[in-house]
Amino acid sequence: MFHVFYTNKITKKTDMNNPLIKLEQVNTWFPNNKSILGKPKFWIKAVSDVNLNIIEGECLGLVGESGCGKSTLGRTILRLAPLYSGRIEFMGEDIGQLDGKVLKPYRARMQMVFQDPKASLNPKMTIFKVLSEALHLNSSVAKENYLEQAVKLLDLVDLRPEHIFRYPHEFSGGQQQRICIARALATNPKFIVFDEATSALDVSVQAQVISLMKNLQKKLNLTYLFISHDLSIIEHVCSRVAVMYAGQIIEVQDAGSLFDTPRHPYTKALKNAVPIADPESRKELGILKGEVPKLSDPPSGCHFHPRCDYKKDICSKKNPIVYKIDENSWVRCHFQEELWQQGVLINSKESL
Amino acid sequence: MKENPMAMQTDSYDIMAQKVIQEHRKVKWFQLRRLLKRKAAFLSLIILVLALVAVLFAPWIAPYPEQGQGAVNLEHRLQAPSPSYFLGTDVYGRDMLSRVIWGGRISLFGGVCIVFFAALIGVPLGLWAGYNEGISGAVISRVVELFLSFPSTLIAMAISILIGAGWFTAIIALIIPWWPWYTRLVQGEVLSIKQTLYVEAAQMLGYGKLYIIFRHLLPNIMTPVLVMILLDLGPAIIAIGLLSFIGLGTQPPMADWGLMVWEGAPNILSEWWISIVPGCAMFMVVIAFNIFGDALKDIFDSKG
Repeated sequence: MFHVFYTNKITKKTDMNNPLIKLEQVNTWFPNNKSILGKPKFWIKAVSDVNLNIIEGECLGLVGESGCGKSTLGRTILRLAPLYSGRIEFMGEDIGQLDGKVLKPYRARMQMVFQDPKASLNPKMTIFKVLSEALHLNSSVAKENYLEQAVKLLDLVDLRPEHIFRYPHEFSGGQQQRICIARALATNPKFIVFDEATSALDVSVQAQVISLMKNLQKKLNLTYLFISHDLSIIEHVCSRVAVMYAGQIIEVQDAGSLFDTPRHPYTKALKNAVPIADPESRKELGILKGEVPKLSDPPSGCHFHPRCDYKKDICSKKNPIVYKIDENSWVRCHFQEELWQQGVLINSKESL
Repeated sequence: MKENPMAMQTDSYDIMAQKVIQEHRKVKWFQLRRLLKRKAAFLSLIILVLALVAVLFAPWIAPYPEQGQGAVNLEHRLQAPSPSYFLGTDVYGRDMLSRVIWGGRISLFGGVCIVFFAALIGVPLGLWAGYNEGISGAVISRVVELFLSFPSTLIAMAISILIGAGWFTAIIALIIPWWPWYTRLVQGEVLSIKQTLYVEAAQMLGYGKLYIIFRHLLPNIMTPVLVMILLDLGPAIIAIGLLSFIGLGTQPPMADWGLMVWEGAPNILSEWWISIVPGCAMFMVVIAFNIFGDALKDIFDSKG
């Protein structure tokens, strides 16, 4: 049934080596404090110099503290946030400079599910209206078939067809989030950004939504970018994880190895800050000293150096380059090799 | 892959839709009943309906329709209320009841006109100014601020002096300082709504400005706008009465309530009814609008 519904509109060959999405030197800066002449006094550098590949069929996690630019990066990829400079490739085409009508077919292939399901549904629209608004973008569905298609979508996310003429406030949070997922699926996307999509939900509902996400990914061959600050969910859902700090991605590794063998001091700190549900364990939480840097004026050199335990002179002077660990993982730290050989980052895990 | 998930036939969708629509109708009736359960609101509604009926059917209801429109009747001037002149007569012998009913035509029509056109101008501008942060939005905001920084009655007076007195020019003179209030209200609402995720979701689906403004923003700001329209009707009737009272609005021999109050002012101590009757009419209608609007606001608010 779905192959009729999910036909590819943009036909472009993508083999496994070619990433679905390729970010090159992406910067998202927001102007602030505009003077009378309209020139910004300073820029808020929410995302700076991000290079990232998202491989077809994977679920890439994006973790980091609140305010580090995770959501902005997601929005930048979907062209919701203004791109200051850099290149965004989607299926081999640069969509960074596209606008308006030219962008529309790409919009259909990339969708987003937001954090707060209640706020992301217009309270004055029935579910049918919400879904048909999205189906409008899917040219493979004729207008007469919207109702049928909307019911199919509701079935995909385990909602009953009689829900279709109801209003959003008649649903629970989990159901609302599933409606949002259905709306994202309506345009027949290849890539979906989940922006903290489960953090507003109860734990039991979270599990439901996550298993639904995983099933859909398999069924419809989707690629996910899963933005979250909840490491346990990331570990459970994602195949690869990118760690973000102050607008930069500092480490990318497979989900399994990232949490066992972090390569960047910040990843270790992030991992240590997770409380462990074990009454016997009386380990102190490894709380990072210092504050999250201001994005309008990030520290020089490595953005993490003011809070790093292993910092040396070079850290404040030079922005570290990328050290490739293997094909799909890398870390951005001047001393990653030494720290790795000394084993300081892993030891902390064994002491847990 | 699963079998067709919809075991339902297509005709059952219509039944489903009708059921849901009926349910929503029930909810709406329930809210209306809640409104009518409030004694003050119910009484206000009765007063408003009576006033509306009287004004609409003035030629048949008024005992002396031609006097209501200004025909003089000098042999019965300044008569106290009596069975033949239920509310007395004025300086020219005209029946006060007929005058009040005909005057209500101008006062009520003027009030409705002012508020309607103020909203018609103000709401779209507010939507545009709230949604666009560019130059056009900034220009609208500055113009609004300019108007709001002067007392509106003063602006209205200046304009009606400029374009000449008369009931029609008075209405126009009042619309001009009135619409910025709607722009301001709508702009504020839009600024908060446009940050919501459903607007962002619509942007993500590639919808343009106008679609988002009319499909997403407008339905969600209608409640405060409707309440403000109802609450503004009273002040609008007072404002048009005020302009007539100082001679800038309706011109004799036509009358509205404000002008009638002024006409009675010289004889207020001896023939009190000439001022008091139109004054009471205005008072009752204005307070009815206010109470009804207030009740409506409460009910909309509690719905959340």
